[in-house]
Amino acid sequence: MTAKERAQIERVRMNELTPEYRVTTRLEEVAQGLTKEQAVTESQRCLNCKNPGCMQGCPVGIHIPAFIAQIQEEHFSEAIGIIKESSTLPAVCGRVCPQEKQCEAQCIYNKMQKKPVAIGYLERFVADYERENGEIVPPKSAPKNGKKIAVIGSGPAGLAFAGDMAKFGYDVTVFEALHEIGGVLKYGIPEFRLPNRIVDVEIDGLRKLGVTFMTDTIVGKTLTIDDLVSDGFAGIFVASGAGLPRFMNIPGENLIGVMSSNEYLTRVNLMGAAESGHDTPVMRGKRVVVVGGGNTAMDSVRTARRLGAEATIVYRRSEEEMPARIEEVEHAKQEGVRFLTLHNPVEYVGDEKGRVSQVRLQVMTLGEPDASGRRSPVPVEGQIETLDVDEVIVAIGVSPNPIIPNSVQGLEISRKGTIVTDDSLRAQFTDPKESKVMFAGGDIVRGGATVILAMSDGRKAAAAMHAELSESR
Amino acid sequence: MFELVVEAPLIARSRRAGHFVIVRADAQGERIPLTIADSDTSRGTITLVIQRVGVSTHKICAKEPGEYLEDVVGPLGKATDIRLFGTVVCACGGVGAAPMLPIARALREAGNRVVTVLAARTKELIILEEQLRACSDELVIMTDDGSYGEKGLVTHGVEAVIQREKVDKCVTIGPAIMMKFVALTTKKYDIPTDASLNTIMVDGTGMCGACRVTVGGVTRFVCVDGPEFDAHQVDFDEMMKRSGAYREEELARMAEYKTM
Repeated sequence: MTAKERAQIERVRMNELTPEYRVTTRLEEVAQGLTKEQAVTESQRCLNCKNPGCMQGCPVGIHIPAFIAQIQEEHFSEAIGIIKESSTLPAVCGRVCPQEKQCEAQCIYNKMQKKPVAIGYLERFVADYERENGEIVPPKSAPKNGKKIAVIGSGPAGLAFAGDMAKFGYDVTVFEALHEIGGVLKYGIPEFRLPNRIVDVEIDGLRKLGVTFMTDTIVGKTLTIDDLVSDGFAGIFVASGAGLPRFMNIPGENLIGVMSSNEYLTRVNLMGAAESGHDTPVMRGKRVVVVGGGNTAMDSVRTARRLGAEATIVYRRSEEEMPARIEEVEHAKQEGVRFLTLHNPVEYVGDEKGRVSQVRLQVMTLGEPDASGRRSPVPVEGQIETLDVDEVIVAIGVSPNPIIPNSVQGLEISRKGTIVTDDSLRAQFTDPKESKVMFAGGDIVRGGATVILAMSDGRKAAAAMHAELSESR
Repeated sequence: MFELVVEAPLIARSRRAGHFVIVRADAQGERIPLTIADSDTSRGTITLVIQRVGVSTHKICAKEPGEYLEDVVGPLGKATDIRLFGTVVCACGGVGAAPMLPIARALREAGNRVVTVLAARTKELIILEEQLRACSDELVIMTDDGSYGEKGLVTHGVEAVIQREKVDKCVTIGPAIMMKFVALTTKKYDIPTDASLNTIMVDGTGMCGACRVTVGGVTRFVCVDGPEFDAHQVDFDEMMKRSGAYREEELARMAEYKTM
């Protein structure tokens, strides 16, 4: 096939449940994946560039043209093998990575005014194909070296780290505070975007590699870091993720019905609050406002739609500045979510029972670019609007989990509460003679990022810790 | 009222007075906070005292000896600030007597004179009397109906002690309305007072924010900043409203549970 012929193929469209149907189901995945035929045709669009930009756009440097070439030949297990050399959680990342800002943003087709190759869809296709068609081939591991490694937190950073260290031959134990393994992949991201069974397959894969999981164990509370050291753990990776949800400190924020996205999503996703037979309750507001423009805001507002609400996103900038994946914004719109951009809550008003009944919104406009490079929101003086609501979900970010920073003496902590590391993600101590081999990654270092960045931290820290522990032998 | 002795050796070893655990009865259960009343490091157990109120506590209290709880995680929260204050009044009501026990004991061990005021509506609801007597210099029992000890509210007992001797510190644990009035009483006499708050929680580890309360005009998180706060600064009215956030859902689930 010539390059011209390849370039003439239209980018594939994801098969999706209809918007009318999907607002009635919280548990079915919106994006249904590609068929084998669609995947092969899409793979033929790849021009196999000499200097592939897509690889530079990938935080873990997956050899993208090579795996796509294998799909062209229908060598799907070879394709997934290539991805797994670089990525630990392909079925997850194929679903939740912001490809339009990473690999696909660098695709040569963008320069030709064409749509980029659907790299994310193809990644997901081969990961799903492997899972649904027979045995998952466990990656090759080095012989056991007898060294014990502790991982704190079982989210994407912890899982990626655990997988690599197990492959290097370490005896890995993952400590998780909650009762489920998976961190944000379980409590945060809803079923309609990332089904739990997909995450569970990845976790089972790690178990097969010999990784041990301990739930209900909070390092810094149940056990201390010093306990781990004296129990013979040679290295510790801190991936304890998000902590306290941020609020705006405006009047009325503690009214009943105003809650964090963490609370709302945890109730629904982790505690099964929306399913019958579960004890945990969830509020089912009729008029729900979700404050924020990120993926968590989209997850919350789409969950609210599925629980029967008339749901509105309130975001202080314009749609262009929204940090959410484009696909999530599009899906939310298709599902009937109203977008009230350039509005910012300034006060919540309650009824006599202390329940939220109204939100007062400041109308905003865009000013000069701020530190994030995005145009900053500026209040339009005197323009305040009022909206009737019975539930408000605040999704404006989280601060790092404080438990490890508060419980480890001499650990360097930034002003934002994140753990300070060097370039190799080794945690920094105020005492240079501190001998603990401790690394950290994901949101506890970044303060709020994506699944793929957390995963890339896990891999980077694993490589660096392995190098350090191999030297000291 | 039920007492559960739970095998949890790591928690038994690391817990201090004031800590709590999150418990889930079964795989469909809620995560609920329960304060640790006691522990035995040699047997590796912790003791929980539970009042049967909603579905979760019914499920937990229905466990037979030898059965399992689905999850127990902790110890959570900040430990009580135990120092030598002088004379400390420990004012507790109802099930609040259970979390008060380790605090009274630790305060006494730190050299304080401990006067415990133990209150309940009626005689049958007085718990842990002997244990609290053993770790207090004096135990005052109050019942609303006068069926045991002295007749009156916990605040009457507290005020009588304050009028009788110099009190340097007060700790109060019980229903929110009780703690509110204990706080108002000690405020009159300018006695520093800590209240141990019990709010709705989901994860209990500082992630969800369901437990937030206003203390001195600032939002705080009971699970990680508490559970103890300056009682004179706590907005108890807001806290009481927030505790009822899911009342309808809880009643509906309870009705469902009873038919199961």
